[in-house]
Amino acid sequence: MSASKMVLTFPKDKIGKPIVYKLIKDFNLSFNIMKASITPDQEGHMVLELDGDKAEIDKGIKHLKDEGVKIDPLSKEIKVNWDKCTQCTACVSICPTDALYVKDRQTMEMAFDPEKCIACELCIRPCPPRAIEVHF
Amino acid sequence: MAKTIAEINEKIKSGKAVVVNAEEIIEIVAKKGVEQAAKEVDVVTTGTFGPMCSSGAYFNFGHTKPKIKAGGGKALLNNVPVYAGWAAVDLYIGATIAAQDDPLNKIHPGEFAYGGAHVIEDLVAGKDVRLQVEAYGTDCYPRKHLDSWINIKDLNEAVLFNSRNAYQNYNVAVNLSDKTIYTYLGTLKPKIGNANYCSAGQLSPLLNDPYYKTLGIGTRIWLGGGIGYIAWQGTQHNPHAPRLANGVTKRPAGTLAVIGDLKEMSPKWIKGVSFVGYGVSLNVGIGIPIPILNEEILKYTAIKDEEIIAAIVDYSDAYPNGKSDILGEVDYKTVKSGEIEVKGKKVPTSGISSYKAALEIANDLKESIKKGKFLLTEKVADLPVGDTAPKFKPLKERPVKEGM
Repeated sequence: MSASKMVLTFPKDKIGKPIVYKLIKDFNLSFNIMKASITPDQEGHMVLELDGDKAEIDKGIKHLKDEGVKIDPLSKEIKVNWDKCTQCTACVSICPTDALYVKDRQTMEMAFDPEKCIACELCIRPCPPRAIEVHF
Repeated sequence: MAKTIAEINEKIKSGKAVVVNAEEIIEIVAKKGVEQAAKEVDVVTTGTFGPMCSSGAYFNFGHTKPKIKAGGGKALLNNVPVYAGWAAVDLYIGATIAAQDDPLNKIHPGEFAYGGAHVIEDLVAGKDVRLQVEAYGTDCYPRKHLDSWINIKDLNEAVLFNSRNAYQNYNVAVNLSDKTIYTYLGTLKPKIGNANYCSAGQLSPLLNDPYYKTLGIGTRIWLGGGIGYIAWQGTQHNPHAPRLANGVTKRPAGTLAVIGDLKEMSPKWIKGVSFVGYGVSLNVGIGIPIPILNEEILKYTAIKDEEIIAAIVDYSDAYPNGKSDILGEVDYKTVKSGEIEVKGKKVPTSGISSYKAALEIANDLKESIKKGKFLLTEKVADLPVGDTAPKFKPLKERPVKEGM
């Protein structure tokens, strides 16, 4: 079994089709949709974590590509510049996955769990000292 | 048993003073009681580190040859407009001014990536800063243009002078509307999606001396990592805010105007910040020592988060429209737990002021006092408090009609 995170870009003419659903039905894969945005008449974007047999994952990815879905690895990485961070915790209630969190409620010390981060970037601008960086 | 500041200073000089921070004193009082704790403890240190918009710095950059009169002209520091309405080579830079080509909120929400606060941080960090001056020229100050790098170490004076810092308590901000709003208390998600607070609570200076009994004009303080003084009450100083029986104000109340030598400060504690959609601000670190003169003073310093109440305010309507409605009250222990309840909904919280940094400041001040490097001062004059204190008023607007 293996898991991999990827960014899917759906062409606008495919937005109405149940493409992702087939990953379960035909390839026995499980997935976790970490982020999805679909705007009418525009491309759709989805951050997906695929889980299952390696060979089936490869088949599932081929299926997506055949349907015209562009696949990129989730290569964006969010990093906290702790020298800049003031530990104010402004990002904590913004982060949708608790990747940014207060690890000790007595000292109010912040921490970042990259495993939980889906690189949605919602935290970037609300950070007053701009201590959160996107690395490609 | 009452003590005087002079007695406490003698103890500090001989390395015998008992100094604890405003968090530690809570447990000491719980264990030993007020009477014993007041005998044993000499000083309680407080701290706060958060955005304080009414901040700025003035400096004298030295005369050029031939001389230039920036005063009455225009000046920029790293492309950020500087106030040049003073004498020839004195300038004032405010924290919130944005760079002159910043699009502000034209594309909402604006970034406000660099402004006055960042220039002040760069100066404190010892970085070279570009100074541009356009002057009109006079017989005694003939020069009209200047474009030069300057550095804080070469300035004659560089002084942090903030007209309103260290608010005694603050609002907890939420957003009742159905779209995200961008405020000085951070980004507020729609339909009460989050709640942001901005106080060091039990460590906050004015919450530990709620009637300003030990601190006042002339009090020496820890400012930006260096030494500063309370210059005056801050603007919007409002000691009339409603209080709990313990003296703690339940709404934003007292404020301080502070002054100190920028050259001695640290960029860690004088830090430019950007509030998306709102603007630039300066994070200022302040620590104030409270001399334990008697049991009453000690009791105030033993205040804990669960005994400090703040108002929950809607920043989509009540705040911008100057309505006094609040959505409820909540104590800081609950706020700092990470979740509060507003209108029956569980809401995640975030700080805008850093408690961790506030504690670091209180501890740094504690160590300085213990080592005899920081002596306490008698205040020169009281801050306004009680019935005679001026009221904080809104503008009584008197619209000017065309042709009148």
